[in-house]
Amino acid sequence: MNESSPAPPDPAGATERLPKALIDGGRAPGADLGRRLEPFLISVGALCVALLIFGVFLAVDGLNPLDVYAEMFRGAFGTWFSFQNTLQRAAPLMLTALCTALPAQLGLVVIGGEGALVVGGVAAAVAGLAMSHASPYAVLTAMFFAGTFAGGLWIAAVGALRAYRGVNETISSLLLAYIAIALMNHLVEGPLRDPASLNKPATRHIGELNMLGPMPGLDVHWGLFYGVIACLCGWLLMKRTVFGFAASMTGGNLRAALLSGLRVKRLIVVTCFLAGAAAGLAGMVEVAAVHGRANASLVAGYGYTGILVAFVARQNPLGVLPVALLLGGIGASGGLLQRHFNLPDASVNVLQGILFMVILAAETLYGRFSAWSFGRKSAPSRPVGAAA
Amino acid sequence: MGMKDARMHQTRRVFLSGVVLALGASTLSGCSKKSEAAAGPAATGADSAAAPAAAKTLTVGFIYVGSKSDYGYNQAHAEGAKFVAGIAGVKIREEENVPETLDVQKTMESMINLDGATVLFPTSFGYFDPHILKLAEKYPKVTFLHCGGLYTEGKHPKNVGSYFGYIDEAEYVAGVVAGLTTKTNKLGFVAAKPIPQVLRNINSYELGARSVNPKVVTTVIFTGDWSLPVKEAEAANSLIDQGADVLTAHVDSPKVVIETAEHRGVFSTGYHASQAALAPKGYLTGAEWNWPTVYKAYIEKIQSGQPWEHLVRGGFKDGFIKMSPYGAAVSDATKAKADEAKAKFMDGSMVIYAGPLNDNAGKVVIAAGAQQAQRDIALESMSYLVEGVKGAVH
Repeated sequence: MNESSPAPPDPAGATERLPKALIDGGRAPGADLGRRLEPFLISVGALCVALLIFGVFLAVDGLNPLDVYAEMFRGAFGTWFSFQNTLQRAAPLMLTALCTALPAQLGLVVIGGEGALVVGGVAAAVAGLAMSHASPYAVLTAMFFAGTFAGGLWIAAVGALRAYRGVNETISSLLLAYIAIALMNHLVEGPLRDPASLNKPATRHIGELNMLGPMPGLDVHWGLFYGVIACLCGWLLMKRTVFGFAASMTGGNLRAALLSGLRVKRLIVVTCFLAGAAAGLAGMVEVAAVHGRANASLVAGYGYTGILVAFVARQNPLGVLPVALLLGGIGASGGLLQRHFNLPDASVNVLQGILFMVILAAETLYGRFSAWSFGRKSAPSRPVGAAA
Repeated sequence: MGMKDARMHQTRRVFLSGVVLALGASTLSGCSKKSEAAAGPAATGADSAAAPAAAKTLTVGFIYVGSKSDYGYNQAHAEGAKFVAGIAGVKIREEENVPETLDVQKTMESMINLDGATVLFPTSFGYFDPHILKLAEKYPKVTFLHCGGLYTEGKHPKNVGSYFGYIDEAEYVAGVVAGLTTKTNKLGFVAAKPIPQVLRNINSYELGARSVNPKVVTTVIFTGDWSLPVKEAEAANSLIDQGADVLTAHVDSPKVVIETAEHRGVFSTGYHASQAALAPKGYLTGAEWNWPTVYKAYIEKIQSGQPWEHLVRGGFKDGFIKMSPYGAAVSDATKAKADEAKAKFMDGSMVIYAGPLNDNAGKVVIAAGAQQAQRDIALESMSYLVEGVKGAVH
């Protein structure tokens, strides 16, 4: 209809002109604080309930839950080494979670981050090898753009299929993940194979000098920095810009969005591109900071764990940060359950399962406490009748 | 406001459906893992704190890429670990399902920093480069012993060792048993990837079978990866449909292939560890690792402060590998033939790869009169399937 500037009957502008009191329901600043604290309190409450349930599980196994939790805390946050371990494990999850969280603003359920990660990793390796004569900065820059671009295109294809052909994005992104893995296997076992990689087919190494090192003062690679920045940018984009408003409007009511002249198809493709770019960046980091080459080790499940992170974070790019940290912590301390308590690896899955079930159940609590704790007798955000 | 409410409802619905999906998947996989773990050898119980607190207890860490009760690669190593746990003055720490990513680096560091481990056995092939190499430089006082035989003098850190077994010798003997047992003269091989180590096993299996029955053809199906249970079952069924009456596999866990063979009423030979319990009727024998021998040698040297070898490799003669006990379906005549072949390995007179040898496209790979013995480096980069094997490397 018109160029990229906001659509003419701008609803954002409309709300700005409304009296502030009308928007926040005439609540005092305290109520606002309450609303902001609500997600935090509910999440922490859910965490406690989950630990209680898992504690019963442990007690049935003949273990003292407090001992186990103390050990898990030591493994995840208790020492400087442990904390860095947690941060390191959280880093790729931040990026892959965005692959689900960004399209979710549009009401899309994209679960193919694994594919974008793999494609991004392979593209980054190819770029790194092609540039290997250049300076390390040039190599890494090329890898960065190759990884994000390839991953972006991969999920943009999912978005385009959705927007222009009506293909279900959940299914197509999942199927494309399998295709990405098959493609990667074909390339590293065929055209891109380093002849010296006999029993573990891989591309050639990008060169030690070209690798992404740890962040200063930390034993954590730069992927963490990228992850945090990407989450912040994702949040700013989705919550503080016209683009983000258009995205949530589309997610909220597609017909209204179309009627108000939003270019929904382009919005879908662009958002999916950004989502894929985040996961592709995770793949680039795996190659540039960890493996130095592309091979089957890229398929480590970060893409799928990212889905979980995104949903538990309620698709909020900023919420992804603490949830990724929580999952990183469980990952970092999970080994201790095996090593010190002889529990099978599956017990970590049980803990994760319980945790997410409880968080999911706690979803229904949102808005129910507003009447009593923080707001002064303000109108509850949901009809009272529904709650009672 | 109404719009915002609608959006909340929408996101909530999306949230619900998505999480249900994701959780469904994760709980399912969790369940299968759990039951697998429960089916395996029982947990060894709590830490035996009563162990004689020797002057200095050696803490040894074992890391597995899959489940340690997988009836396969990881179980073979876990059996070695169990043996090590019984050595006086040694305490072991085990962690399973550790992927070949930064995760394994962090697990190794966690074992070093939080458990005080000074000897590590990270057992998966893919742990070596870059993970073990990187940590070995960071922790020069810790000993890293890797399964795969990848150590190169002068190139890799001094605190790294690598060991591997010539298990294709056992595949050859299993091939003898299969070749004499088959009635259709068709053997089926389910394999992960066409890499040298796998090709060598397939070829030795066929050569063993052909040494006693020239009509035997081995059909191979590559699944493409180390652990793809569904594809492995499909491949096994397809091979049986094509007439194969003895199946074997080279994947991380042959469990699915052996079970499928048993259900379909055909014979099987195992790999990595013994799968006899899974197929009481049809399991003939199997090529197994014998890691307790290797681990014992390392630990004894480390405990007594002697230098240990950086690269150790061995076959039957060195006790690195063994055969599963013969199953009920193996005839006495077959046992005698197989024992004969094994005896030749034991006295060193057997050479599997002796010319003239053609690949399955008719190209000569070893000329008449030439031979490549057990330790021949040419065998390490094998890229062909021998005559008599149906299948393609690419």
